[in-house]
Amino acid sequence: MDAQALNAGAVESGPMRPVLEAQDIARVLTRIAHEIVERAKGADDVVLLGIPTRGVFLARRLAAKLAEITGTKIPVGSLDITMYRDDLRMKPARAIGRTEIPGDDIDGRLVVLVDDVLFSGRTIRAALDALGDLGRPRAVQLAVLVDRGHRELPIRADYVGKNLPTSLREIVKVQLQEEDGRDAVLLGQRTDAEAGQ
Amino acid sequence: MKRHLISAADLTRDDAVLILDTAEEMARVADRPIKKLPTLRGRTICNLFFEDSTRTRISFEAAEKRLSADVINFAAKGSSVSKGESLKDTAQTLEAMGVDAVVIRHGASGAPYRLANSGWIDAPVINAGDGTHQHPTQALLDAFTMRRRLVGRDAGLGKDLAGRRITIVGDILHSRVARSNVDLLHTLGAEVTLVAPPTLVPVGVETWPCEVSYSLDEVLPKSDAVMMLRVQRERMNAAFFPTEREYSRRYGLDAARMARMPEHAVVMHPGPMVRGMEITAEVADSDRCTVVEQVANGVSVRMAVLYLLLGGSEPAVTAPSRTEETK
Repeated sequence: MDAQALNAGAVESGPMRPVLEAQDIARVLTRIAHEIVERAKGADDVVLLGIPTRGVFLARRLAAKLAEITGTKIPVGSLDITMYRDDLRMKPARAIGRTEIPGDDIDGRLVVLVDDVLFSGRTIRAALDALGDLGRPRAVQLAVLVDRGHRELPIRADYVGKNLPTSLREIVKVQLQEEDGRDAVLLGQRTDAEAGQ
Repeated sequence: MKRHLISAADLTRDDAVLILDTAEEMARVADRPIKKLPTLRGRTICNLFFEDSTRTRISFEAAEKRLSADVINFAAKGSSVSKGESLKDTAQTLEAMGVDAVVIRHGASGAPYRLANSGWIDAPVINAGDGTHQHPTQALLDAFTMRRRLVGRDAGLGKDLAGRRITIVGDILHSRVARSNVDLLHTLGAEVTLVAPPTLVPVGVETWPCEVSYSLDEVLPKSDAVMMLRVQRERMNAAFFPTEREYSRRYGLDAARMARMPEHAVVMHPGPMVRGMEITAEVADSDRCTVVEQVANGVSVRMAVLYLLLGGSEPAVTAPSRTEETK
């Protein structure tokens, strides 16, 4: 991939079709929050770690919903995985995001990783490596807003907002109020040039 | 960012701020139980030291090891350089061994530039001090220390040193630290004043982006940071000033002088300090003196530089966002 395309982020091509609107996103996050409480039997030792950028916003929203449900404050932080990526050498060096671990540490806690899109699974593998250097959680679970398939590693999400079967010729784009000024999940076609990358 | 780091003057404001922001994240790694990242695994970095320097070499070595790089330390003493091998031959040997980056300290000004631009070696070159010319990572760690102390740790992210007044005192003539700092601090928007005896001010200083003063007492009350330089006895063979005592009296920093600085102002020193000469023990041991912090920050800043130059297929460009297709 050339630097120009990378700088532009996920390049849009043609019209993007919304598959989730703002109210859908709010609804699936509420459902995921309930699922977390159910599986964790309360949420006493849950720590939410969002993967920058949009995973962090989703983690904060989930934390707010969990607080509503359980009446207790759920710690939320962010886990940057840039330095654990396995494709670092293939692209120009990237700016590093923020890692913030709430409270003292994650030892013995139930860590729920939160990200916007689950695709190849490589980001989550990197996140698991990063977690291993930070401490030893009791268990690690994964919550994603969209699972678009095409896994390259044996990784599966515990909580999925929407399963979105896609082809590799398609691109999925998540927009969130905090970063993009609106909430939406968009689906579009990539051009041949992008598909070849 | 350029492919090599030869001079602090090569850095744009955005490059410098990106390095300082990255260093802030690297500093967090130092607070963790496992102070190691897999980022440069499988990369080989050679520390090529033609001139003695324990502090800088250890700092680079710590930074390289925390990023999981393989480290080769090369000291010229006792090597084939003392048998007459040239820089070119050494470079070609390293190239043949497949070194991914070279950190070079050399007594001759311009040696790192030559190494980077001669075509002898393809790897990125990082200048760890050359003659009286440049020491860019020292300037970066100084700027990092100032930003933390004067702007704030988290509040400082993304910010430069606009409007801060920095005073650099001592042997400007022989100091690569002063040259690098003037370049970088100017780029970051700070106002720099050099204070030194007239004999230790270099010819052509009027073209530098800074002020020059011969009176420390006049400059102190309006300084946000005062950086004391070491008076290098080994370079004092010519009569630059009458006696050490006189130098100390006019340009040394003692408690009385420190009291004239604003309350928030910090005292800096690149080390090693000559206590009783340019700085008194009382000042060196005070809370306002950042010498020990500067050493710790040196590792974080060097990690940041190594990551940004070597972490990808090419040096960092303006912060790219994580793209959807890499998930």
